[in-house]
Amino acid sequence: MSTTAIRSTTRPPASIRIMTESATEPYWQAAREHRLVAPRCQACGTFRFPPTPFCPACRSQAVDWVELEGPTIFSFSIVRGLPDQPDDVLVPVVVEFDNAPNVHVVSNLVDAAPDDVAIGLPLRVDFVTIADGWELPVFQLAD
Amino acid sequence: MTAVAEVAVVGIGATPYYKRGESYPQTTTELAGNAIIAACEDAGIDVEQLDGFAYYAGAGAGYGEQMDTAVFMETLGIPEVTFSAALTSGGGGSAGSIGLARAALVAGDATYVVSVMALQQLQHRLGTVFGAAPVSPLNSFLQPSGLVGPGHLMSVLTRRHMHLYGTTRDAFAEIAISQRQNALNRPKALKRTPITKDDYFAARMIAEPLCLFDFCLETDGAIAVITTTIDRARDLRHPPAKVVAAAHGGRKEWGRAFAWYGMQDPDFASSGHAPIAERLYRQAGIGPEDIDVALLYDHFSPMVLMQLEDYGFCKKGEGGPFVESGAIRYDGGTIPVNTHGGQLSEAYIIGMTHIVEAVEQIRGCAVNQVAGAELALATGGPAALPVSGLVLGRDR
Repeated sequence: MSTTAIRSTTRPPASIRIMTESATEPYWQAAREHRLVAPRCQACGTFRFPPTPFCPACRSQAVDWVELEGPTIFSFSIVRGLPDQPDDVLVPVVVEFDNAPNVHVVSNLVDAAPDDVAIGLPLRVDFVTIADGWELPVFQLAD
Repeated sequence: MTAVAEVAVVGIGATPYYKRGESYPQTTTELAGNAIIAACEDAGIDVEQLDGFAYYAGAGAGYGEQMDTAVFMETLGIPEVTFSAALTSGGGGSAGSIGLARAALVAGDATYVVSVMALQQLQHRLGTVFGAAPVSPLNSFLQPSGLVGPGHLMSVLTRRHMHLYGTTRDAFAEIAISQRQNALNRPKALKRTPITKDDYFAARMIAEPLCLFDFCLETDGAIAVITTTIDRARDLRHPPAKVVAAAHGGRKEWGRAFAWYGMQDPDFASSGHAPIAERLYRQAGIGPEDIDVALLYDHFSPMVLMQLEDYGFCKKGEGGPFVESGAIRYDGGTIPVNTHGGQLSEAYIIGMTHIVEAVEQIRGCAVNQVAGAELALATGGPAALPVSGLVLGRDR
């Protein structure tokens, strides 16, 4: 890996806005505490993501918020030349987890050289402060 | 085979195809009106005989604007409408809009049903439509990633396909090159210069593994298609293109697709069309080996490859070697694909050019006519559900 190689980044953090609703609010509140969580059905144990009002397996509305562990890259893209970030490289990633089947979190891999990215690589979660004081979960390659 | 009353496509009409923004100062209503008038002329009916509208994309005109039946009635002088409805979701409904027209005709709700799409990209570029969307609780889980447009989104599916099955960019190059080849002799096509493999691999990467030539064109224009009952169809100007099968929908494992990314293998690296293929083939009592020409929705070249798998033209995961063998070529292929050049090289009217080409292939008057074509497949999507498909065939 070249130390001068360009490193992946996010959209300009101050421009990233999110909006919550009752089903998704706990996810974003946990992110504020730098915890990455997903809802698991209290009745049947099925995970769902993004958070929605019902379990798609049993229609229960009761959930436990489970901290996600063991993130790895399920798939990714390398995006260059966005009109407002002509010199930046973004690596959008779909991330899967050891302890949460069915959960795919879509985020960015940051501070990585694009040539080093591959499906299956282990990650660690990090957080970036975005508009209105929210915290956005992002990922880095695990050491 | 189900005993559904028979219907046929009898009229096709289109405006010229314009590069993005160049249809100005026409409006989408004017573009759509010109396409509807042309489709009626092609069918040999009067505009005043239209009494049904079967849209898709929620009646969106290129997503940014809406089409409206009452406006068309006022503008074109259509005296009475007895059916007006749209399939939900987006371009996935293009082929399915003919199935919606069939539903109206079979129910006796209408006699001449028009499906129409008009788009004009003056203010909005569809290539970054998701990045520009207003923030919502749902898209807060996608939009921050910088996957700003449909091509960016589908690049992630493509990467998974390459990982699982060893598919390479050579396959996508072959799709882009073969479709460009099909556009070279078409007067209306927006791209009529050949591309070579060197051109493909030298092109700008937009969302790796997708480059410029994997993306469809940015187009303005409109297309209208008229469907009626088979008895009426037989009295009209052209041989009917019979609706042999039509289906829209899909399964929850695909769902919102690349606006969601919750799909697991093998659905993740697919087109979501497998259930549509099953239903079309079952309705018609046919299989992929019976299809003579495949007009596959090609917003992005890898999605053509994944549809070839989902429609059973090759096995799941073998789309790469299949296209690289020359199988989809008009000249010498076993299943000619997008003989009109498709959205990659002719024009992008959100799936409607595929229906027009299917009709022309069945009439026997296509520019790149597949000799003796009896069954033509046209698809809509891959996108968030519903996606759709249509099989047109010769009458009798």
